[in-house]
Amino acid sequence: MKFGVATSSAAEALFSNPMRSLLTMLGIIIGVASVMVMMSIGEGAKAQIEAQISSIGSNVLTLQPGNMNRGGRNHGGGSGRPFAEADVTAMGELPFVQGVTGILSQQANAVSEEANWVSNIQGANASFFEVNNWRVAEGREFTTQEVQGGAAVAVLGKTSAANLFPDGRAIGQRIRVNSVPMEVIGILESKGQSGGGGMGMDRDDTIVAPLGMVRNRITGGNRQVSRHVSRIQMLVQDGYDVLEAQEETTALMRERRRIQPGEQDNFAVVNFADMIKQRAAAAETMSMLLAFTAAVSLIVGGVGVMNIMLVSVTERTREIGLRMAIGARGGDILLQFLFEAIALCTLGGLIGMGMGWIGVFAYAQIANAPMMVSPVIIATALGAAASVGLIFGFFPARRAAQLDPIQALRHD
Amino acid sequence: MTDKPIISCRDLSKIYTMGEQEVRALDGVDLDIAEGEFVAIMGPSGSGKSSLMNLIGALDRPTKGEMWINGKALSEMSRDDLADLRNETLGFVFQQFNLLARQDAFQNVRLPLRYARKDAGDIDARAKECLELVGLGSRMDHRPMQLSGGQQQRVAIARALANRPRILLADEPTGALDTKTTAEIMHLMQDLNRQGITVVLITHETEVAAYASRQIHFRDGRIESDSAHPDLKRPSGG
Repeated sequence: MKFGVATSSAAEALFSNPMRSLLTMLGIIIGVASVMVMMSIGEGAKAQIEAQISSIGSNVLTLQPGNMNRGGRNHGGGSGRPFAEADVTAMGELPFVQGVTGILSQQANAVSEEANWVSNIQGANASFFEVNNWRVAEGREFTTQEVQGGAAVAVLGKTSAANLFPDGRAIGQRIRVNSVPMEVIGILESKGQSGGGGMGMDRDDTIVAPLGMVRNRITGGNRQVSRHVSRIQMLVQDGYDVLEAQEETTALMRERRRIQPGEQDNFAVVNFADMIKQRAAAAETMSMLLAFTAAVSLIVGGVGVMNIMLVSVTERTREIGLRMAIGARGGDILLQFLFEAIALCTLGGLIGMGMGWIGVFAYAQIANAPMMVSPVIIATALGAAASVGLIFGFFPARRAAQLDPIQALRHD
Repeated sequence: MTDKPIISCRDLSKIYTMGEQEVRALDGVDLDIAEGEFVAIMGPSGSGKSSLMNLIGALDRPTKGEMWINGKALSEMSRDDLADLRNETLGFVFQQFNLLARQDAFQNVRLPLRYARKDAGDIDARAKECLELVGLGSRMDHRPMQLSGGQQQRVAIARALANRPRILLADEPTGALDTKTTAEIMHLMQDLNRQGITVVLITHETEVAAYASRQIHFRDGRIESDSAHPDLKRPSGG
């Protein structure tokens, strides 16, 4: 078969009637554009979720008072009876626990010499940094001794640091949180927006300080529980089944809170990473569904191409007859029309990709999501378009190739 | 004439069925055409001359009988073999020129060369040569619409000659042309014939047929007379 003559004839047919070609391509353009947008959104969501998981750590368990799933809604920490520091210690004795920290948090007004800023102050144990896999970018973390001694030191989140110290020199400076003076000893690396404790919350807008000091001087005690904490976070050792850890933690806490068998938990052990993963799975199913819908529009586009190709074969029957009379084999004619269909679809695919790109870009701007156009998506979209051309172009092309030369030549 | 025929037909029949009726377009024709002949096939419409041309041109298959081109039996050839035969051995000239309207003269002439399976050599040079041969070397980039009827037919002839065919088949090549242009085209065909190409021409005009060296008359699907065989008996009941 002669590829040269088939390709050039196909290209010529394509550009001899640009308006019709464009209209024929429309289905493919829309199909490819939507496949691309859907896949990109899906990939973007997946990447975002993966980033969130890695920022939280998939083996961190959080204990919150109150049954967080009552009525299908999170009632929030502190709505039930809080935990005690003794609970934190007990949790730390579980064999699979690598690190544990109690957390007591509250909105507080922080003041530096330069600015003031309302931030979230978290009282925590020294293992807070390890458990959250959240290290200082500058300065140092506070130590267990400082926590026990109730030292007035603070480690600032990136956002808090930037707002309290616009000129950037924070380490060693003094701040006052709800009038309590503290020395800034470290600045945490950025964690960014997070789907952890609160969706869309800026985790960097925080001040972390020794637990006892925060309770004694800022939040105050609790009437029911002495030395209380509002949350416990624990890091499960690598290789230990997190689900099993969750169960054992629940059992221990039920025991400590004297919950009778058959009674409901008045606390929750949550694995945020797990929740995010479930959400990721749901998002993936959704994006698969959308991509499938987009693929259907590609098939509809293919039927449109087939329709026009059949018309084209009929219109050009005489030309086909002539080509056969001067020596074109059936295979040459087949190839010519097949190339025309593939070229039509691939060109449509390219235009659709351009439009899809714009769509993805627009979505990224509006939804503030990362733009994900991977080579895999491009190859998939373009390959799908070309395949549509191949599949739906074959029938018209074969019809052309099987024409009887003399019948074709006499056609008018 | 020469002993070795380049075209040979035996008992060649083409029967069309139209509803209940059977139309015998060709009815048992025996014909030999030797290499280098210039044959005019004449006859009224419906006499079977076009059917014969389609069969000789390997565009159609006979209902009955056998034919040989260049010694090869066409009944034994596949569709692709026939396509190659049309490409390499035969050249077609049609009444309606049948040029591709979107391509210029040069591209039209190149087309059979591009379909050639044997090495066609320098395609562009050959196409140019053929257009110069028919006197259109200066109009290679003209599209059919920009050319007169006579010029279009010259392009068609150049296209037919591109692969150096041994047989040129012309179906009413001057049917759409005026007298002066007809004469030019026929002189061109005579020239080509002198260069050794066998020419088979269909026409219903005696003046055009006169350019040929042999005239065959058809009637009702049979040969009525053949100038090469004046002793031929008229078919009975014809």
